[in-house]
Amino acid sequence: MGMDRREFIKIAGLSTLFGLGAKSAWELLRPGQVEAALTAGAQPLAAKRWAMVVDMRKLDDATAQRCIEVCHQIHNVPDFSKPVNPKDGVSPEEQIRWQVKWIWTDPYHNAFPGAHQEVMSDRVHHMNFLLLCNHCDNPPCVRVCPTQATFRRADGVVMMDMHRCIGCRYCMAGCPFSARSFNWRDPRPYIKDTYPDYPTREPGMVEKCDFCAKRLAKGQLPACVVESRGALIFGDLTDDKSEVRQTLKQNFTIRRKAHLGTNPQVYYIV
Amino acid sequence: MLETALSGSRRYYTLVAALLFFILVGASMYLMQLKYGLGYTTGLGRDVSWGFYIAQLTYLVGVAASAVMVVLPYYLHDYKAFGRITILGEFLAVPAVLMCLLFVIVDLGRPDRLFNIILYPTPNSVLFWDMIVLNVYLLLNIVIGWTVLESERNEVAPPKWVIPLILLSIPWAPSIHTVTAFLYAGLPGRGYWLTAIMAPRFLSSAFAAGPSLLILLALLVRKYTKFDPGREQIQSLAKIVTYAILINVFFFFCEVFTVFYSQIPEHMLHFQYLFQGIDGKARLVPWMWFAIVGMSTAALLMVSPKIRENETTLALTCGLIIITTYIDKGLGLMTGGFVPNPLERVVEYWPTIPEALISLGVYSLGFLILTVLYKVAVSVKEEIKA
Repeated sequence: MGMDRREFIKIAGLSTLFGLGAKSAWELLRPGQVEAALTAGAQPLAAKRWAMVVDMRKLDDATAQRCIEVCHQIHNVPDFSKPVNPKDGVSPEEQIRWQVKWIWTDPYHNAFPGAHQEVMSDRVHHMNFLLLCNHCDNPPCVRVCPTQATFRRADGVVMMDMHRCIGCRYCMAGCPFSARSFNWRDPRPYIKDTYPDYPTREPGMVEKCDFCAKRLAKGQLPACVVESRGALIFGDLTDDKSEVRQTLKQNFTIRRKAHLGTNPQVYYIV
Repeated sequence: MLETALSGSRRYYTLVAALLFFILVGASMYLMQLKYGLGYTTGLGRDVSWGFYIAQLTYLVGVAASAVMVVLPYYLHDYKAFGRITILGEFLAVPAVLMCLLFVIVDLGRPDRLFNIILYPTPNSVLFWDMIVLNVYLLLNIVIGWTVLESERNEVAPPKWVIPLILLSIPWAPSIHTVTAFLYAGLPGRGYWLTAIMAPRFLSSAFAAGPSLLILLALLVRKYTKFDPGREQIQSLAKIVTYAILINVFFFFCEVFTVFYSQIPEHMLHFQYLFQGIDGKARLVPWMWFAIVGMSTAALLMVSPKIRENETTLALTCGLIIITTYIDKGLGLMTGGFVPNPLERVVEYWPTIPEALISLGVYSLGFLILTVLYKVAVSVKEEIKA
């Protein structure tokens, strides 16, 4: 593009003042290029049903931590234990209460309550499972939301419209996986390096993992998948040739609380 | 008729002033909450994400619904005695529903976006239906109460158009509490709430607590005004309370049987937290035991005609019923549903002082409206008598 973002906004803004729409302003300046610009670049990744396999055989704790870090960094997820300004420090109890997490680890008996074994293999007993929103096929959070601020996309991604959310937290009561976080406080003083390509939030609304919808639109895999070096497999469940489907066919997998009928789309190979 | 609320005794003005003071305290705390977020004022967090505010909503929906217990006998069974006090029921329902709505609003993270519920109507959300049933019930009670009282003042029969509204308000009352129970009872991951008896339990405790409150209000009205709601009326209400509290205790033990005989951990853990504590975390244990023992005792006391017919012991027992059902349905129901959390971790919750002050502010506003409405009703009743 021959014009940078700031310049474009300036001209589009000015022309709006003069009663012209943003698109027509663009048409005046660069005829016929608006559609071209929108479709230019990498093709977005598309699927009929996105799904993820977490291969715990390949996922060590350090890799899991890196997945968490990169996700929380590019989504501007606050860390209440690390205030930018030391005077904003909060108590350990408040750090737990206000915690925002999109992806995290938990031991087997917390990740899969009710599936606990009397005697378990040491390996699984000490395993830290990587947990995130399950992007359920039948999501209770979507069912209960009174404003459709949380919704299920046709490709299965359960998304949040943070501009519509009224902060009633019904979805948090509805989610059986504790995958949703509320902004109990202003998160901004707890974000060390603000990532420019994702909005920061205000107090008062719910957020969660969105399978990196923004990256998918740009043709990139979710950040945790890239960071996991093969331990996380992401793809189209309906595509017979996809790696995710092949993996599911070749391995026995478990899902969190499958008996609740929410049909989680994150599968675990133990 | 509203003019009758503008002139009153010194005591009336003092009461209004005191309530205004608490409203201001609550409002200033609420401004802090708006500015710094719900985390700043409340004890809520990611594990217990609903607490004191939503507990008040739940309890007050019951109080509002209980107006039907005076309306139904009068209009459907032609029980004339209740004609004197239907207005007290309706004018109790109005501030109760208003408080419900306010408690939802103070619980919202973004109250500025409140109207998104109407802009994007979502029938699959129970909260959407709760919004509808509560608002309609509020309107019904304002219109009915006011119109009937005005006719009474003018000593004419109430207009014909109000009769269908009254008949509609009768099934509407249990519906508001049923929908409120459905807010919780349909969530897959919360074992404590996932029970078909939740709506019946809500109704039974509402029909015990609401008329108990009405009895206390009637006794207050008799003591401080020239209008006597009547001994027969109070005794009839007491019988309603007796049946309702007995049924409520019965329902509770139905729940306990299913949970503990089936031994399914997802359902049992919450009861264990509430009545025993888990891993030494047992903040609610004394409260819950007090609630259930107190409620059962009150139920037995109410069975005895001697205690019921003596207005002093009746008032004390009603007070016990109000407190115990409040603990059970307020503190216990809300926190018990969230602890342990879906990952089976025990993170406890306790309301903070600002949270309590904001709630007190809402209660004061409700009580102010109740005072004004009761003042109007009682003035009209005194006027007719004179």
